[in-house]
Amino acid sequence: MEKLRYERPLIKRMENEMPNKYGGKADRQPMTHIDGLAVKDLLAEYGSPLFVMSEKTIRSTYKKALKAFTMRYPRVQFAWSYKTNYMDAVCNIFHQEGSWAEVVSGFEYDKALKNGVSGKRIIFNGPDKTVSDLTKAITNDSLIHIDHLDELYTIMELIDKLGKRPRVAIRVNMDTGVYPIWDRFGFNYENGQAWDALNKIMASGKMDLVGLHCHIGTYMLSPKAYGIAASKLSDLALGLKRRYNHEVKYIDLGGGFPSRNTLKGSYLPASDTIPSFEDFAETIASALLNAEFPPDALPLLILETGRALVDEAGYLLGTVISNKRSSIGKRTTIVDIGVNLLFTSFWYNHKISPAQEFSSYTEETTIYGPLCMNIDVIRESALMPLLNKGDHFVVHHVGAYNMTQWMQFITLRPNVVLIDLEGKAHLIRRHETMDDFEKMELLPAHLKNFDL
Amino acid sequence: MIKKNIAVSASGLIFNPDTGESFSVNPLGADIITFIKEGNGRDEVAQKVMEKYQVEKASFEKDYDDFMDLMQTYLLIENDD
Amino acid sequence: MTTKKPLTIAVSALNTIDSPGPGIAVIRALREAPSFDCRIIGLAYESLEPGIFMHDLVDKTYHIPYPSAGIDTLFERLEYIHEKEKLDVIIPNFDAELYPFIRLEKRLHEMGIATFLPELEQFEERHKVNLNEFGKKYGINVPKSKVYFELSELQNVGKSFDYPLLVKGKYYDAYVAYNLEQVKSYYHRIIAKWGSPVVVQEFVHGTEFNVTGLGDGHGNTIAAVPMRKQYITDKGKAWGGVSIADKKMLALTNSFISQTKWRGGFELELMKDKKGDFYLLEINPRMPAWIYLSVGVGQNIPEALVNMALGKKVEPFKDYKVGKMFVRYSWDMIVDIEEFQQISTSGEL
Repeated sequence: MEKLRYERPLIKRMENEMPNKYGGKADRQPMTHIDGLAVKDLLAEYGSPLFVMSEKTIRSTYKKALKAFTMRYPRVQFAWSYKTNYMDAVCNIFHQEGSWAEVVSGFEYDKALKNGVSGKRIIFNGPDKTVSDLTKAITNDSLIHIDHLDELYTIMELIDKLGKRPRVAIRVNMDTGVYPIWDRFGFNYENGQAWDALNKIMASGKMDLVGLHCHIGTYMLSPKAYGIAASKLSDLALGLKRRYNHEVKYIDLGGGFPSRNTLKGSYLPASDTIPSFEDFAETIASALLNAEFPPDALPLLILETGRALVDEAGYLLGTVISNKRSSIGKRTTIVDIGVNLLFTSFWYNHKISPAQEFSSYTEETTIYGPLCMNIDVIRESALMPLLNKGDHFVVHHVGAYNMTQWMQFITLRPNVVLIDLEGKAHLIRRHETMDDFEKMELLPAHLKNFDL
Repeated sequence: MIKKNIAVSASGLIFNPDTGESFSVNPLGADIITFIKEGNGRDEVAQKVMEKYQVEKASFEKDYDDFMDLMQTYLLIENDD
Repeated sequence: MTTKKPLTIAVSALNTIDSPGPGIAVIRALREAPSFDCRIIGLAYESLEPGIFMHDLVDKTYHIPYPSAGIDTLFERLEYIHEKEKLDVIIPNFDAELYPFIRLEKRLHEMGIATFLPELEQFEERHKVNLNEFGKKYGINVPKSKVYFELSELQNVGKSFDYPLLVKGKYYDAYVAYNLEQVKSYYHRIIAKWGSPVVVQEFVHGTEFNVTGLGDGHGNTIAAVPMRKQYITDKGKAWGGVSIADKKMLALTNSFISQTKWRGGFELELMKDKKGDFYLLEINPRMPAWIYLSVGVGQNIPEALVNMALGKKVEPFKDYKVGKMFVRYSWDMIVDIEEFQQISTSGEL
């Protein structure tokens, strides 16, 4: 007789609440494969932990978003938000799909150029653009979104030096009914800062004011807020037309659409409550179409959507190190994924699926990472099936921000693999080695030797 | 020793008549209680479990001790005085 | 008299405890409905909801997953229950479960299960969080309220409100706070249970009145029963009340229904201040726990709701008896431990 799969013995006190045991099949299904490849095989080949990106999911999500907007508004352009995930392979999928690049630092700017994006198709955002960054951006004819007056004056100085006419927009912050207002970035709409900046740009006569930009927040649950933002930017655009007979070419509404990750502290799961691309598109398109642009002079709508386009395409595969019990008797499980790799576990309750068969028995479990730090908690409390030491699991929706905000701490960062449309795995970033670190470090001669 | 008046029902339920508490156990938990009530000691229980399930002795014994600790906590075990 | 096949109706909120859910009151009303016979399927979240063990009222009970498990999970469980019981109608009675049920409405209808719920927009609009705007839009007096997402924002709550004030959760719970320390402690308690945000509301002094009613979704009032609370528990629940004939309250109710085109059952919580003005404190988007009083005064609201869910023409009630009281009591049932164990482990009883 074949032996049964082992799950540790379990005894639970029966209390009034028996949540989720009669839940759905979805929660009882192991995630054994990603795009046709076995989790077990991926881990055997590339090591644990392992980031996996699905090209199929990236492309289909992008197409879904693009369709939602182009069906409702005739002129739409996405710009890939590099900070969300700047693996070259990931960026290039978006560029192949037609996305421009949206960058917020000189480092990201150079990455986009190296990926082959034309300077004209790079949007340069952010408060920290150095003189050399701006020089490059002006020379390459990139779209510079000015964040503050100091930046504006730096650009004016550079114009005379470089003898070029830069293409610029301003970032506008505003009250969209969502708080807190991100008023640390850009120029305020309500108090007249935005007009002040626009007037200065127009008065200079040395720049092409091509667009208006805003980015009202992150993980936004209200399409209405985008409608308000679109109306307020339209109002500025129409004002420019009236006052200067100047037409801006585009309105850039930035990013901020939520992904299907559930925020900590929210009662209903994100998959039930987040608005769809269609919801956002409907509100934004209505606001733009109902502004008083002549039909033949509708501005291009630019979107810098990051999280909502890539989060679901990313998985983090890991292995159980040990099961323990805390001093107060609570079940704890230690896994080989820490907050250094899963930065987003600070604000999300990430869904975690076992990668092998399991029974319906569950236990309330705290999931700890392997770092020797108390903050290293992946889930404070999750109803988990009974995993054994060495079992594999999959953390869902990790494609946004984790591969850019990860930290090298105690251990080296792991491999990142992309599964292509044919179901073939490609290493897109190899794990770090001691060698990599030695290359960066320099040891003064007097510190080379010691006696112990 | 597991208390004499403790029994596991077919659906894995335990009622402790002394404390009024109810418990549920998974199939392995039920097996262990049955084995112990049949008079088997720690090693014999481990032997029987390993015959039925894919598990190494060391990892089972760790889980066994944890399980018995909980049985103790839940007052389902009486100590020999 | 009726020889027709009985209707199978699923009802939730079987928690007839000291802060009771409406389920059992709804079921009693359905049992007494002259226009149909019914078989009642209980939907329970917890194993000690008393209705699970009331076998003369509830024919069979199933556990269903908490709303936090997600809509698809709930739908799968309802599919399973439907397969076994062939449900005709579902009446969800908890605020927190209405959102998933409203979202599932179409899928349930496709399966042949009728509901009679508010539309998503009505449901969101009347939310505590949006009550200020709601009052402005429909010209209804509401106490001043403000939504707080962060503890730090509450630091200055005293500048916007006089003490005492009310701290309320998104779905349930309301506490009277007399100082900032209490506000903070209630904030933590509410956030832990119901998530962010909390609503701080001006405390209006006066007498509490409630109206329960039924709107047809086209702006018509099908039923409306005003009640004055006579005995209020320390949890703020009515333990006794009397039906009254207040024209102002009825007018307010009609205006609420005709303007919002409310569909389904509801309860308006009102406060009448010293000047005799009514303030709308809260709109509960479902029938209240005291709904059985509607049967007592001659307007069987649950029955009308079921008939409307099934697409039958229901004439608006014209009249109700004034001066009928409800006096609530509690009752100790004797239950075998096996029943508790069975519902706990199998999820069915």
